[in-house]
Amino acid sequence: MAKSKKPSLARRRFLKGAAAGAAAFAANPQGGESQHAQEHDHDHDHQAVPSDLTLRVKALESLLVEKGLVDRAALDAIVDTYEHKVGPHIGARIVARAWLDAEYKRRLLTDADAAIAELGLGGQQGQSMRVIENTPKVHNVVVCTLCSCYPWSVLGLPPVWYKSTAYRSRTVIDPRGVLGEFGLKLAEDVQVRVWDSTAELRYLVLPERPPGTEQLSESELAALVTRDSMIGTRNVSSPGSSSQTRRK
Amino acid sequence: MNGVHDVGGMQDMGPIHIETNEPVFHARWEGRVYGFNRTLAAWRKWNLDNTRWTQERLPPAQYLTMSYYERWFNVILKQLIESKLVTPTEIETGKPAKGSPKLTPALRAEDVASTFTKARFEGRNRAGAAPRFAAGQRVRARNMHPLGHTRLPRYARGHAGTIERDQGVFPLPDTNAAFQGENPQHVYSVRFEAPELWGAQAKPQDVVYLDLWDSYLEPA
Repeated sequence: MAKSKKPSLARRRFLKGAAAGAAAFAANPQGGESQHAQEHDHDHDHQAVPSDLTLRVKALESLLVEKGLVDRAALDAIVDTYEHKVGPHIGARIVARAWLDAEYKRRLLTDADAAIAELGLGGQQGQSMRVIENTPKVHNVVVCTLCSCYPWSVLGLPPVWYKSTAYRSRTVIDPRGVLGEFGLKLAEDVQVRVWDSTAELRYLVLPERPPGTEQLSESELAALVTRDSMIGTRNVSSPGSSSQTRRK
Repeated sequence: MNGVHDVGGMQDMGPIHIETNEPVFHARWEGRVYGFNRTLAAWRKWNLDNTRWTQERLPPAQYLTMSYYERWFNVILKQLIESKLVTPTEIETGKPAKGSPKLTPALRAEDVASTFTKARFEGRNRAGAAPRFAAGQRVRARNMHPLGHTRLPRYARGHAGTIERDQGVFPLPDTNAAFQGENPQHVYSVRFEAPELWGAQAKPQDVVYLDLWDSYLEPA
């Protein structure tokens, strides 16, 4: 594996198995991947990585920097932006404001770009935001069946499951089954609205405000709002509920 | 192209693996690859539609077995070579060709924050593309199978829906991906009843919304 750039298909299929994760990364003692293997179990879809990829990426970075095509500090700034600055806390601010201010919510649902800009936030070049509202009778969930479109500017980068073919394929044909895998069971009288991000619109779900939050401040409300609730695969739990302790 | 990327409605892709406390990047190289994508885009040698189209043309078996950022890495290599920003020999040797000029990076570190988080969408009032449809109108997604890039998924083709909203004017991916012009058109949010797409097994109360370009639609 360590020396083969093109492992056979059978080998690749084998590597897809969760049990193979540790063995695959053991071939790469110096890379970040072996550390990764120790940090969490491999029950996700990204482990079939050729062990020379760490080195190939490093080599390409050196080449791009040496040619003046890429500024290494810009790479660092981009990684830092998505690891530390831009993430679901931004979407949560927008949601909390909408929960507290009905007039703001109205503007947010009509013209999300302008309403988000009111908070001093912006978006990505060429893209437009839409915010869609959950109610007791309507549940929204966002997917991108063709690639991995996601509202980076308000949620940061998507989790692996959002980019997986499992989620991308079934959310449009069996949304209730998919939501069930997240522990969300919807009643028959609730309409499920699936939003397939096929263009440059980026969707943020405005989840329902949970009961028991009447006294909370805007920042306390924002702290309750999870990434998954803004994708639509979960609801926001009341403070202190058991699911709140393992929130995502 | 009826490609492996167009997975909407497939049922054999297995369970959804949900990782708790997931890091933004699972390894250092993933963040670097993400950064290559964003910094190199600033050279404007390609566009987002071309990036998607390049990824869609990965061999299907590779598309399905590569990790997400491994796919991106392979797309970047292909775009670098096709745009002539880098030669295959330079990739092989890891060294710039003798005598090649040292360039100034197109994206500087100090521009990252504003470029990625402060932009405003300007497409609503773009000129040159009159809308053919309006909210409330019944439409049908065309039964089309282009060999190039398109953002009309297979599962919607031939099906009837209702225009929910005019989303504004955007470049047409089908031509933009192949560097054949932006051909800006109105994009509409189109609502499809779930049974229209999936038959009797779908819940009659459920709906699927897609954002579709004007030329993907015909009156129903």
